[in-house]
Amino acid sequence: MARRLTLTGNDAAAEAMRQIDPDVVTCFPITPQTELMHKFADFVADGEVKAEMVLVESEHSAMSAAVGAASAGARVMTATSANGLALMWEIVYIAASNRLPIVMPVVNRALSGPINIHCDHSDTMGCRDTGWIQLYSENAQEVYDNILQAILIAENPDVLLPVMVTFDGFIISHTVEVLDALEDKEASDWVGEYKAMYTLLDTEKPATFGPLDLQDYYFEHKRQQIEGMSNATGVIKSVGKAYEKLSGRAYGMTERYMTDDADYVVVALGSTCGTAKVVVDEMRAEGKRVGLLKIRSFRPFPHAEIVAGLASAKAIGVLDRSVSFGAPGGPVHKEILAALSGTGHQTSIVNYLYGLGGRDISLDHIRSVFEELETVAGKTIAPNEVRFIGLRG
Amino acid sequence: MPAPKQLAQHEDLVTGGHRACAGCLPMTAMRQLLLAAGQDTVVGCATGCVEVVTTIYPYTAWKTPFIHNAFENSAATISGAEAAYTSLRKQGKIDKKINFIAMGGDGGTYDIGLQSLSGAMERGHNMLYICYDNQAYMNTGIQRSGGTPKGTATSTTPVGKVIPGKTQFPKPLTEIMIAHDIPFVAQATPGYPKDFTDKVEKALAIDGPAFINVLAPCPRGWRYPAEQSMEYARLAVNTCFWPLFEVEYGVFKVNRKPKEKLPVSKWFEGQGRFRHLFKEANKGIIDEVQAEVDRKWAWILKREELTQA
Repeated sequence: MARRLTLTGNDAAAEAMRQIDPDVVTCFPITPQTELMHKFADFVADGEVKAEMVLVESEHSAMSAAVGAASAGARVMTATSANGLALMWEIVYIAASNRLPIVMPVVNRALSGPINIHCDHSDTMGCRDTGWIQLYSENAQEVYDNILQAILIAENPDVLLPVMVTFDGFIISHTVEVLDALEDKEASDWVGEYKAMYTLLDTEKPATFGPLDLQDYYFEHKRQQIEGMSNATGVIKSVGKAYEKLSGRAYGMTERYMTDDADYVVVALGSTCGTAKVVVDEMRAEGKRVGLLKIRSFRPFPHAEIVAGLASAKAIGVLDRSVSFGAPGGPVHKEILAALSGTGHQTSIVNYLYGLGGRDISLDHIRSVFEELETVAGKTIAPNEVRFIGLRG
Repeated sequence: MPAPKQLAQHEDLVTGGHRACAGCLPMTAMRQLLLAAGQDTVVGCATGCVEVVTTIYPYTAWKTPFIHNAFENSAATISGAEAAYTSLRKQGKIDKKINFIAMGGDGGTYDIGLQSLSGAMERGHNMLYICYDNQAYMNTGIQRSGGTPKGTATSTTPVGKVIPGKTQFPKPLTEIMIAHDIPFVAQATPGYPKDFTDKVEKALAIDGPAFINVLAPCPRGWRYPAEQSMEYARLAVNTCFWPLFEVEYGVFKVNRKPKEKLPVSKWFEGQGRFRHLFKEANKGIIDEVQAEVDRKWAWILKREELTQA
């Protein structure tokens, strides 16, 4: 039986965390993540969860304590945004390398500088090669659903990698939406008990965690980690199918919104997908063959699904909400180019940079992208011909 | 509390065959530490000499559970492990008593790990933090740290034509930890094993955070013959450069009052890192250090008098 709730994205994340009830939650406040942790602190203060909440003195320590707790066999969560993620970056990489299944909601916010508290994807895109799985959420419902699924993905023995569940700062984190949540028992049965393979607390079978790993083994350990990330693709799909059975809501690596016969496809992730769907509906009503390819899992990157989702496209607009300075285009754009290279698919691909520092993206903006795509079909677009949406001057 | 002879009957929980240099007192400190702490102990260590020489994969010198995370976060890492233990214990998933010990060298403690240490102590985790203080970044090649004594020649404070070694006094880390108002703070050295192991046992018996600053001479960095490590550890105590004392719930106790308080130059003598201080032009530095040692020693004695009363 679903419970219909009216929550902000932050509260939806906190609700998922309440139901998961991890053993340890480490936390340091940063806007716009703060209200997520306020809500969870309420659950702790009211005795609604058993979690030990470790209120550390920095995000660096939040991830460090998460690594310590996860190595001790606990199910561990934390959450952050922007500069907080940047500060913990060193340990974010270590958490993945030590194969610790930590789950971390990241409320997307522009990285300083200049300092800015609003949404873009520079924080999590900057972490795309840290070895974490990254699931992007379109709305509060997906925030909730992705967090519940992330636990099973991270802890799968063939994966054992941490997961970031990202959602757009303020646009999702502070906006009230209606969503359906599982019953408490359904949720706790879904996540089940976590049993770590090795733990620091097993003093009878002592193990050394985080040893010095030099020329003779480091490479093999990285190879195993690549394998874990590669296995994650199948696990994300199978967990998505199981979750659909439980909740009625389907999840895959991507969502294809009217792409099957689309001539013009926009590729995006996060809350912008909601905006793009409205435009697709409007333009479809006008008889235009347009579609949206939403990327849910950016890491691992769903190459096969991308190729299938873009099969019919004559022109593709790739929307990037972060910059890869000095590169020909944004991070999403580069992945799309790589996915299509060698497939023989002849199409025109245009990269759009938008929404930095919380700059609004409107229905009209996305409509103008589709309109431009109609004019470029068949033309060769150089990868560095980046368009800017909503930029003055 | 057991005497060293009795402790020596316990199983050595740090194996031989690790890669430490001959005469490395940080590793002697580790052995003494675990003889006192026992098997049911989780050890965390910052990046540094001890971590590097004991854990080169696929080997480990640790017979207890051990974790290395990074350089600046040993205290935060162990605070997470302790929180996991607390959570699992409350849930009835684990029963036995486990000790939690975080460690770092002076670089990992006085400098890059100070924030992490301060936070963990303030939060009140039931853990012991051990600083093995060899007075410089020895692992990376003897660079100065916040714990390096004034006048010391290091790779980054060399004795040049103009500057005679490190120009600053060390950061008073033990005093900073006393100011955290935690249940137990002490100074020790493996040069006095019983004093050190007694303090470890006391710290682990206390419910709450504890900190022990352990002076651990390094023959490579201090530049003296390897077999003289114990001697230099004891001289640091008997010159009162490194007083052995403890502060338990605010009450000071001086554990060793040298019958004859030796001049600090007796500790400097024979250490290559201080050789230049004996040149006429630099002798003022020895006098400055001596004055500082005297002032601090008197202040410790005074506080013992005030708080024991």
